[in-house]
Amino acid sequence: MSNKLDIVYLIPLLPLIGFLINGLGRNYLSKTLSGIIGSGVILGSFVLSIWAFMQVREGNAADVHYFDFIRVAGVHIPFDFKIDQLSSLFLLIITGVGFLIHVYSTAYMHEERKDHFARYFAYLNLFVFSMLLLVMGGNYVIMFIGWEGVGLCSYLLIGYWFKNQEYNKAANKAFVMNRIGDLAFLVAIFWIISKVGNANYNDVFAYAKEFSATDITVITLLLFVGATGKSAQIPLYTWLPDAMAGPTPVSALIHAATMVTAGIYMIARSNILYSLSHLTMDVVAYTGLATALLAATIALKQNDIKKVLAYSTVSQLGFMFLALGTGAYVAAVFHVMTHAFFKALLFLGSGSVIHAMSGEQDIRNMGGLSKKLKWTFITFLIGCIAIAGIPPFSGFFSKDAILLAAFEKSPVLYGIALFTALLTAFYMFRLLFITFSGKFRGTHEQEHHLHESPPSMLLPLIILAVLSIAGGLVGIPEAISHGGDKLAAFLSPVVQSVKHDAPVSHSTEYMLMGLSTVLVLIMIIYAWFRFRNYQRKEETGFGKVLENKWYVDELYESIIVKPLHRLGGFAKDVFEKTVVDGLVNGVSKMVNYGGRQLRLLQSGQVGAYVLLMVISMILIFVIQLFVRKQ
Amino acid sequence: MPINLYILLAVALFAIGIIGVLTRRNAIIIFMCIELMLNAVNLLLVAFSKMHHLKMAGVDPRIGTDGQIFVFFIMVVAAAEVSVGLAIIVMMYRNIHSVDVNFLNRLKH
Amino acid sequence: MIPVLLILIPLLAGLASFFIKNEKTARAWALLAAIVTLGVSLLGITVITDARHLQHECRWMESIGASFSVKLDGMGQLLCLLNAVAYPVVLLATWKTNYRKANNFFALMLLAQAGMMGVFLAMDALLFYFFWELALIPMYFLCSQWGGERRIAVTFKFFIYTFIGSLLMLVGILYIWSKSADHSFSISSFYTLWVTPKEQLFLFWLFFAAFAIKMPIFPLHTWQPDTYEQAPAATTMILSGVMVKMGVFGIVRWLMPVLPYSSFMWGDMVTAFAVTGMIYASLIAIRQDSLRKLVAYSSIAHIGLMCAAVFSETESGVQGAMIQMFSHGINIIGLWIVVGIIERQFGVKKISELGGLAQKAPSMTIMFVIVALANIALPLTNAFAGEFLMFNGVFNSLGSKYPVLLTVLAGTSIILAAVYTLNMIRKVFYGHTNELTATITDLGLTEKIALGAIVAMIFVFGVYPQALLNLTQEFTDTFLSKVVLVKK
Repeated sequence: MSNKLDIVYLIPLLPLIGFLINGLGRNYLSKTLSGIIGSGVILGSFVLSIWAFMQVREGNAADVHYFDFIRVAGVHIPFDFKIDQLSSLFLLIITGVGFLIHVYSTAYMHEERKDHFARYFAYLNLFVFSMLLLVMGGNYVIMFIGWEGVGLCSYLLIGYWFKNQEYNKAANKAFVMNRIGDLAFLVAIFWIISKVGNANYNDVFAYAKEFSATDITVITLLLFVGATGKSAQIPLYTWLPDAMAGPTPVSALIHAATMVTAGIYMIARSNILYSLSHLTMDVVAYTGLATALLAATIALKQNDIKKVLAYSTVSQLGFMFLALGTGAYVAAVFHVMTHAFFKALLFLGSGSVIHAMSGEQDIRNMGGLSKKLKWTFITFLIGCIAIAGIPPFSGFFSKDAILLAAFEKSPVLYGIALFTALLTAFYMFRLLFITFSGKFRGTHEQEHHLHESPPSMLLPLIILAVLSIAGGLVGIPEAISHGGDKLAAFLSPVVQSVKHDAPVSHSTEYMLMGLSTVLVLIMIIYAWFRFRNYQRKEETGFGKVLENKWYVDELYESIIVKPLHRLGGFAKDVFEKTVVDGLVNGVSKMVNYGGRQLRLLQSGQVGAYVLLMVISMILIFVIQLFVRKQ
Repeated sequence: MPINLYILLAVALFAIGIIGVLTRRNAIIIFMCIELMLNAVNLLLVAFSKMHHLKMAGVDPRIGTDGQIFVFFIMVVAAAEVSVGLAIIVMMYRNIHSVDVNFLNRLKH
Repeated sequence: MIPVLLILIPLLAGLASFFIKNEKTARAWALLAAIVTLGVSLLGITVITDARHLQHECRWMESIGASFSVKLDGMGQLLCLLNAVAYPVVLLATWKTNYRKANNFFALMLLAQAGMMGVFLAMDALLFYFFWELALIPMYFLCSQWGGERRIAVTFKFFIYTFIGSLLMLVGILYIWSKSADHSFSISSFYTLWVTPKEQLFLFWLFFAAFAIKMPIFPLHTWQPDTYEQAPAATTMILSGVMVKMGVFGIVRWLMPVLPYSSFMWGDMVTAFAVTGMIYASLIAIRQDSLRKLVAYSSIAHIGLMCAAVFSETESGVQGAMIQMFSHGINIIGLWIVVGIIERQFGVKKISELGGLAQKAPSMTIMFVIVALANIALPLTNAFAGEFLMFNGVFNSLGSKYPVLLTVLAGTSIILAAVYTLNMIRKVFYGHTNELTATITDLGLTEKIALGAIVAMIFVFGVYPQALLNLTQEFTDTFLSKVVLVKK
């Protein structure tokens, strides 16, 4: 079978080649060259992705088969790519945003040593490669390969500055927490294979109706647990804020725009399965909402510019899961897209700030930066407006779609979701005002050093800002413009949202939109009055609990990590030595003891030996008398 | 003469030999007792061989001769043994100035 | 012809090596022999695949029904390849290590290789037992002559432990031999013999004891960490890379097809032990401060999974175990190589005394991280396909009553494996250098070649595991047809 789309293998292959060149030639390539190679391959992928996207738009969605990855009886895993509406959209996001971040990185990482610089681009390329595998894979196993691959790259990049053990610990934490999710994912794959015989999307979805109710619930729940690991949801979210140890562009690419949305991709991809299980849908919705709320409350009191954004990401991911749980898959994908734009923008903007502040990340030491960093400030502001959800910025449309879906499910969900959205607006503008307005609170040296970032950093910011403004226009709700929801129409062959019995009337929809917009504006104004002249002060009471992230890390430490550690210590020092080896040594001791006792017979007296001999002979005779053959 | 009497004599000799070996400490006497036991066995062999020979002489004249051949072997071996054994005893006397076997307990170590 | 060569080349080369006086010559001679063996084993897989050349039979103790019968089948090809690949890699990696009486050292190493080849090739129970011991005895001398400080006590434990297992197996072999109609040790008469279920249930443990000690399976594992810690580096590599596979191999060739009923009946129990061992060993590994012991415990955890997978009696599980035997052998040798280099340079085995190696020795760090990640079965490395299939096999296990529970419990070990592996990498390679580690030099040429070969294999078989799967496909099918008594 030859197909025009056969050459899509180039899309992941190019970053892989980039990874190999940069990785192997790290000692030889100049910084400029490795930057060009690193970004160039992604640009190539991006161009190809656009081409693939066009093909799909023309109706050429295809499954491409390359070779058999694993083939034994009962398990057949082909190395397939599936290029359809959903994956081609993700391709665009990954390679597009990825390219911008690569370009940004060439300037941001410029102070690194030559080989480390190349290493950075090698990792980044490897990440894009894995992420592309994840979304292009034609079955769950290929997705899993990419899934673990991005986890690995995340680990490598968080621990990029490997001299700092705190960073390395954060990297380990991210990897291990992801692995917990991965295990659930893996078990789900086994479950599917044992029922279907393979894990190809087409076969699994065709079989969907034949799964028993238990099977479908267990499979979808397990997949969801996998998603909570990668997409940082309760209870596996604590790695993401720590992951901010990595370079800022990495946070933008991996921990905001792409990797963490893998869970959403997975569930959207499996929407046919999810729609069959109400229990799972509820679990997904409530987990998402709880995460959104929890992370938003924590974000209110964080003082590290990246930590605020990290918790904001967790919170936004929670929103996406809320959308998935209410059956509004398209809304979730839509929010993935807009979130990729504005969160990447915000992270890169924060990177620009950190760059200007020579590595300072604490917003309490900033202030008044809008004068010196004009472009950064404007783009950051656009990002904040977009995430807060003010029309017609992109965030408004996607968030509105989610809120509407929540409202359709239950007004209580809507209420909490709206409250969380208001918190979002509040903490984002708190961040903005503390950082950019008021007086400068840093050291004199920092103030002297303040400068706007070079063009190669500003250009991605501006492009992302434009996308953050206009990106929402592909999903204008029906109520505003008939046929405006182009995204839903485009995705409809692969992603079908759950239809509710009683759709919300247009008038209610207008009312909800108006309500959320007005409340968000009020929150922003409130934030302005509170934080335009921020003064440092200690948190007390409840604020302190929030500042310390509800002490969740400490809780995990004391109920999981420490007991496991103790158990390991017990096994190593006590059980292994006394019980297992004790048994073994016990046997040898018994033999030793028996030997020593028997040794007493060897008195050395010749007479005793002879006596023993005679007695034995007599005994043998006597025994022989009794055991005669009959 | 009935075989029983030979057997009784041989058993008596053998028993005397064993008791001698067990009770005496003088190496030479123990040695003599061992000879006594060997000769008890020789006596038995000769007696049985003679008995078989008498009974079966008509069938095959060779029957019963092997027992007597054994006796020769035993005597030869005993002679060899005596020479070695006495040599050991002489060596023992030279080393510890005694032929008491209770002093011979070095095997223990 | 091929199987005889595979045994004879290392055997004769080993014997000849005793008479070489010069250390360098002995080293080169051993490497040459190992490379020739590798060539022959590759020939047996790729070029000469005609069945006539892959087996050989001649008379040997005919009176008691034993014969010198060797054959290279799918599993044999795979493990002989592992054995043949391991030696050149190990010899290259330890090229700079100096031994006293080097000629004897290399001679014994080669003799052990011959013994292991024989184990993998033997088609006669007595011959199998003969080679099984032949492989053990050189190992004993290698560990007791060239090992670390506590070598005598530790080697004694190792030897007695494995020897007891061997003797129990010998009793089992003799018992089955006495039951066979034609009093023959040949594998075909063992396979066709139907031992009554009642006898099978106890015979099983006679054989399993030997194999479980060799692998080792919890709770019979305590010889292993000690031995790995004390043995010379090259010997440890061979022990953990190749020799422990003899246990899994023995189960597949000499236990399950001979005693299928009891293998089915005891399957759950064995799997439970294996899974317990996996978690237990991983927990201990988390707390280990000795580099060598950490790798040793990780090996116990991995072997446990192979054992569980084989007892699942599913194609996926058995095929997974097959390729994992190969992959794990490769990976763990890679780990030992780096551990060995670190020890040779600093003379320390404690994780807590190291740190910051990545700054001074980037090549070594990269290689080690790749191998370590392959060891925890990251996708697109060689161990992934194996572990995936094995877990899948355990999940779909025919005989087990609790397949899901066992899979999940076994699965926790992949999380724990990530914990101890990454922590070890972090403590040894990352962070700042200390006074000791600042003096490290990066990989030398021979070490680079050895590790490069391992990394290459990791990726080749990681991207295309089907190459190995095809090799053992036929064998697995016949194996399962003998073993599986009931269909699900």
